[in-house]
Amino acid sequence: MSLSVHIKKDFGGFRLCVDLEHESGITGLLGASGCGKSLTLKSIAGIVTPDQGRIVLNGRVLFDSEQHINLKPQMRNVGYLFQNYALFPNMTVEKNVLCGLNREKDKKLKKKKLEDALAMMELTELAGSYPHQLSGGQQQRAALARILVSEPELLLLDEPFSALDAYLRDSLQIQVKELLEHFGKDVLLVSHSRDEVYHLCSHVALIDGGRILETGRTKAIFASPGSRIGAVLTGCKNIAAARKTGEYEVEVPEWGIRLKTGRPVGDHICAVGIRAHYFNPRAGENVFPVRLDGRMEEPFETTILFRYQDQDRDSAPVWWRLPKDRAPEKMPERLGIAPQNVLLLYPEDTAGEKE
Amino acid sequence: MDWYPLINSLRIAAISCVLVFFTGVFAAYYVARLPRAVKGILDVFLTLPMVLPPTVCGYFLLTVFGMKRPLGMFLAQWGIQFAMTWYGGILASAVVAFPLMYRTARGAFESFDTTLAYSGQTLGLSNTYIFWKIRMPACRQGILAGTVLAFARALGEYGATSMLIGYIPGKTATISTTVYQLWRTNDEAGAFFWVLINMAISTVVLLIVNMLERRNGKAGAS
Repeated sequence: MSLSVHIKKDFGGFRLCVDLEHESGITGLLGASGCGKSLTLKSIAGIVTPDQGRIVLNGRVLFDSEQHINLKPQMRNVGYLFQNYALFPNMTVEKNVLCGLNREKDKKLKKKKLEDALAMMELTELAGSYPHQLSGGQQQRAALARILVSEPELLLLDEPFSALDAYLRDSLQIQVKELLEHFGKDVLLVSHSRDEVYHLCSHVALIDGGRILETGRTKAIFASPGSRIGAVLTGCKNIAAARKTGEYEVEVPEWGIRLKTGRPVGDHICAVGIRAHYFNPRAGENVFPVRLDGRMEEPFETTILFRYQDQDRDSAPVWWRLPKDRAPEKMPERLGIAPQNVLLLYPEDTAGEKE
Repeated sequence: MDWYPLINSLRIAAISCVLVFFTGVFAAYYVARLPRAVKGILDVFLTLPMVLPPTVCGYFLLTVFGMKRPLGMFLAQWGIQFAMTWYGGILASAVVAFPLMYRTARGAFESFDTTLAYSGQTLGLSNTYIFWKIRMPACRQGILAGTVLAFARALGEYGATSMLIGYIPGKTATISTTVYQLWRTNDEAGAFFWVLINMAISTVVLLIVNMLERRNGKAGAS
């Protein structure tokens, strides 16, 4: 299985310029709203026509501006799960699923596939219900059933969990993950939620301003996003401008400190990031005096806001997050950070591809 | 008792309603997808018959299809003559009723959730299927309202009809032209009779619409 997308489209104020190679498994497109991730999916599905470029799925050319190839959505065999699930409101669940079986001419087989899909998705009891009578999770299952019976070569999921209540989201993610693994489909998932992407996707592509900044294995990208926007998208709370002062040392003027790093520092370094969970009062290195600035309690975690002793007065406080039961009563006088947990961030155009 | 005006009115209204249904729906569908500038101009042109006095529409119809006009003479070669014939009434009513269908259908199409059409396409459904089985049912209420309005307007059409087909008893007479003719000739009872007939038809039509709405409501596909 392979998908190769190289497209450009000008929307007046916004330029989409995406280069993406997907080999197999589930790839997540992670970006803020309006970054072009849904447009990328729509281009692959054939709903949006790029100005130029080429889209190839398993050797089949879906779009090629030079050869004037632009397959209709009907001919692409690409499943698209919309954010609102787009179930046909005037049809029952069964009829909706049958819409996905419109290519199946063998009546017996069609009936069997329908029944199998309804059973698999636990929709048999709801076959006669209309979409507006279903809960959000049931709607999602019906929409997935409808897509999966059509046996697409590629499945596109557009913010699949954003229409659901938070408490449903987590349990459904687990179900959907099992389902996708069971079907063995190749999947592109668009999301603005780093948790969703981290949980569901083996690979991730970070998108910003219509461009793909970085692609790679999800764990590698989250462990060391190479760019400032990448750090923000992967949930890094503390980012500050930095400059190189040594092979393994950077200066962070905003915080008034010099940090040792785990990796050699490149010449183009523009910032460092420190994830809020990685501060440690018992660390042996990068230890600096700090003072408390504020405290936020959440059900299971505590966020402690602090400032370094020589920190710039106008700069934002630094975030330290830790499980509630480990949160100290009294603010430690010094906090450290292991050198390998200092993320080195480079300008977007020099941030390379990660393995 | 001469029932000709009733039969003539009903057939004119019914046929022009069918014509207007298809032309209005398709015009709405294609205009809704046009670029904004073209849409604005076409929209004005297609809505004009609604705001013009019907006699002005009748005037234009006569200047195009009149018996001494080029197109009128051309059509006459095939025995088609819109002026002073009952089926000319279809043309007159259709022109006047068209904007009602067109505008309500366009409003309905514009509020249609396009992701439904897109998801149909990615599932491999043909555009024709999507149009008739998904888009039209989803826009059902607007389309139905437009159809009823168009039918009612066609049934009550007077201005353009009387200009184009006049009043010939037993040939081009409709309910509305008959009401005027009888009133003009001081047959007040006769005029009142046809007024009652017209009101009865309109009431029945509205009742049917309300029943349809209620049944659809029960089907659950709101």
